[in-house]
Amino acid sequence: MNDDNNSPEVDETDGADAETVEASAPAKDTAKDKGNPILEFRNINTHYGAVHILKDVNLAIYPGEMVCLLGGNASGKSTTLKTLLGMVTPTTGEVVLDGEVVNDKPTSYRVERGITMVPENRRLFKRLSVAENLQLGAYLRNDKAGIQEDLERIYSMFPRVYERLSQKAGTLSGGEQQMVAMGRALMAQPRVLLMDEPSMGLAPTLVQTNFELIEQIHQEGIAIFMVEQNANMALSLADRGWVLQTGRVVLDDTADALLANPDLRKSYLGEA
Amino acid sequence: MSATIATDTAGQGMPEAVSKGAFDLDWANVAKSGSIAALIMTFIALSGMPDGLDARPIVDGVRVLTIGYLTLFAVPLAFGWMIGNEVVLEGMVATKRGPRDLVAGAAVGALGGVGLTLLVVLMSNFDLRDPLVNWSPQLFNLLTFDSGVGVGVWVWILIGAVLGAIGASLRLLPAKIRRAVIVMFLTVVGFSVLQGLIDDIVGNVGETIRDPGRFSEFFGEGDTPRPRVDSVFDPVINFIYSQTGGLKLVGAIVLALVAGALSLSGRGRIKAAKASYNAKTGPERTKQTSIMIGITAVLLILLPFFSGKIVNELLANVGIFLLLALGLNIVVGLAGILDLGYVAFFAVGGYTTAVLTAPKPGDAWPEWLPTLPWWGALLVTVVFAAITGLMIGAPVIRMRGDYLAIVTLGFGEIIRLLFLSDWLKGYFGGAQGITNIPAADFGPLGTVSGVDPRSVFYLVLVFCALAIYVSWRLERSRLGRAWMAIREDESVAEAMGINTVNVKLMAFVVGAVLASFSGAIFSAKVGSIFPSSFLILVSIIILVVVIVGGMGNIMGVIVGALVLIGVLGGPKQPGLLQEFSEYKLLIYGALLIWMMLKRPEGLVPNVRRSRELHQDEFLQDAWLKGEVDTDDEDGELATEVAPA
Repeated sequence: MNDDNNSPEVDETDGADAETVEASAPAKDTAKDKGNPILEFRNINTHYGAVHILKDVNLAIYPGEMVCLLGGNASGKSTTLKTLLGMVTPTTGEVVLDGEVVNDKPTSYRVERGITMVPENRRLFKRLSVAENLQLGAYLRNDKAGIQEDLERIYSMFPRVYERLSQKAGTLSGGEQQMVAMGRALMAQPRVLLMDEPSMGLAPTLVQTNFELIEQIHQEGIAIFMVEQNANMALSLADRGWVLQTGRVVLDDTADALLANPDLRKSYLGEA
Repeated sequence: MSATIATDTAGQGMPEAVSKGAFDLDWANVAKSGSIAALIMTFIALSGMPDGLDARPIVDGVRVLTIGYLTLFAVPLAFGWMIGNEVVLEGMVATKRGPRDLVAGAAVGALGGVGLTLLVVLMSNFDLRDPLVNWSPQLFNLLTFDSGVGVGVWVWILIGAVLGAIGASLRLLPAKIRRAVIVMFLTVVGFSVLQGLIDDIVGNVGETIRDPGRFSEFFGEGDTPRPRVDSVFDPVINFIYSQTGGLKLVGAIVLALVAGALSLSGRGRIKAAKASYNAKTGPERTKQTSIMIGITAVLLILLPFFSGKIVNELLANVGIFLLLALGLNIVVGLAGILDLGYVAFFAVGGYTTAVLTAPKPGDAWPEWLPTLPWWGALLVTVVFAAITGLMIGAPVIRMRGDYLAIVTLGFGEIIRLLFLSDWLKGYFGGAQGITNIPAADFGPLGTVSGVDPRSVFYLVLVFCALAIYVSWRLERSRLGRAWMAIREDESVAEAMGINTVNVKLMAFVVGAVLASFSGAIFSAKVGSIFPSSFLILVSIIILVVVIVGGMGNIMGVIVGALVLIGVLGGPKQPGLLQEFSEYKLLIYGALLIWMMLKRPEGLVPNVRRSRELHQDEFLQDAWLKGEVDTDDEDGELATEVAPA
């Protein structure tokens, strides 16, 4: 941790962190063995006007891993995603994509290089057809044959999406919309999928299915960066995780270690 | 009645309708609707519409059958019909139709009539002509049927009750008969209102059939006019129409009967034809579509030959505004950018063409300013309009929603004020405008000028066809999808990698170019150009056309332009109903409110969407039957389903 004015509370968690790091060191190493990170935050600070949102945030996403970012309301999770995707420019620090600093590169540049987001609450283009939604996922791609191939892959992955192809996306059920949202993201041929609260607004059974879907996509070798409030579910899937508190990363560890962390259990898993 | 029996007899899970006593009504609702009807009728009376339109008879010789009276009569009719409206959802019990409906209709109508009764009483005692200009003896006479206040106090209650009951009685008729009755009514009113147009076109066709040589006259310029001949349709026209305007009574009855008979016999056929067209796919459908487009094109090309100058002028005006509406449809309908200053591009197109084609547009222009032919000026105009689109678009585009709308409103006015200003008077003539714009010369194809509205119509037709084709292609293109995505959800569109700023600017530029075409034609047609032609009202009216037609719907925009500009009139141009010009903004407003409440999707439902739904049903059925194996044959079907 590179904070210099941490509150005593955070210092405490730091201590807990230090303990668990040793236990989980091998897991962390395997993540790093996967090569260079695709996407990296180096000491990112983001402001909205005078309001300091992200404070010295450091993150790294390696190829093919599944990581999650936990945090309560107003902790800066969404800003982290927007900064990763280039919709918000950090005031200081570097966003690094494949070793290149991309602070001033537009969103399209990053999407083209395989960074794709599944937005919170699915946010489909409601009055457009499912087919159009999927096509829009592949907006930056020009290879017609490849797009067709990917469409077919998505149809076989989600037969229900295929049935609804010409229907307006807004008329689908919540679960179906989630499938279309995933399909739309996959159409961009992502290497890293940024998922903003994938379980939000879904019925409990659907949450389960949804995480299975995410797991399935992960199996295909796509790195997943999940932003979640449902810490239990997210950590049970992820390899590593960060905990964000008022814009600062207060915990950075393997998922198992985080699950075992008493502070985290207290604040996120509702245990006394 | 027990629930089980009810379910069995209804057969569809709906309990059987119960009958209620004739006076067992929802009186609170009746009172509410009646009061609204009374307010509307009083408002219409005081708006001056009945008085102003009293000179237009529907049936000649019948005093009360004028368009003026119709504006009042329509209210109890409509309210009588509406009060019978009953939404029956699953689990609710419907009420049997019967005398009860008539009572409700009559009560609502009579209550509406009370509004006019009060007005009559007030008018006989007070003079409020100062604030209410239409508080006139003419209106008083009209409302009392020239019979004094003694008649006036009860007659509208009676009329309201009768008309309300008639409106309600439509509910009692079987659907097929009801449709026929409505068609009969609309036919009579329509034929009466469109008398000028029908007389003109039918007369010309009839003359040409009698004397085919007339047709060649349309092409030659210096020929001596052929002597007038009687049209072969004269007997028909004379049978239907009275010389003094309006239908003849017998003619109206025959017309109504014919229309009713056609409605009863023809409805099924239209439906069948539509279904067979929708069922077709692939090349067969393409073939049928191109045949229909071909027929439409031939009709449109022939139309100006058979219509008089006034109708051609009207068609040309409709075309100019249609072109504007198609452009705005891309900006508002597809890209979702609410541009309230669209008239700016119309003005830039008009002025650029004027400056480049007029021999001496203004004193301040340098000597080397060339005088170009119209089509040459058009090329420069397009470039200029595109640049203006970029310049206005760039600062505006980063805003959203309300802010954007207000800023565009401002830019629309700024452009007009620049042309009006003393500062640029040497260039654009200030309030005097540019007045010596020559006709557009197309060499062997002829010239296009306001003197010959037919030529303007053809020019406009070409550009409208182009605009329709471009809109249609764009809607299905990658750019069109990006526009729609931005319209739906701008931040997600950005997350998809769409460069929202550039793509929105593109919409602005395409819209600006289409508007500049319209402006260029406008300046050649009118021959002069003034800032007062580019009032904010133009933007508003075009926006109304787009909204009424159904945003993002090309066919709807065409219908919207025909109905609003063609029938009611444009900002300064009269429509077919010239008497309506005074009230057109009132009618626009009422129409807009009604549309927003009842049909936000526009007049013409989106064909593409309904087709997609059909296809979807087909796919689902096929999948259920196991005809489509989702694992293996996705690709084949997908190529067909996914829009290219």
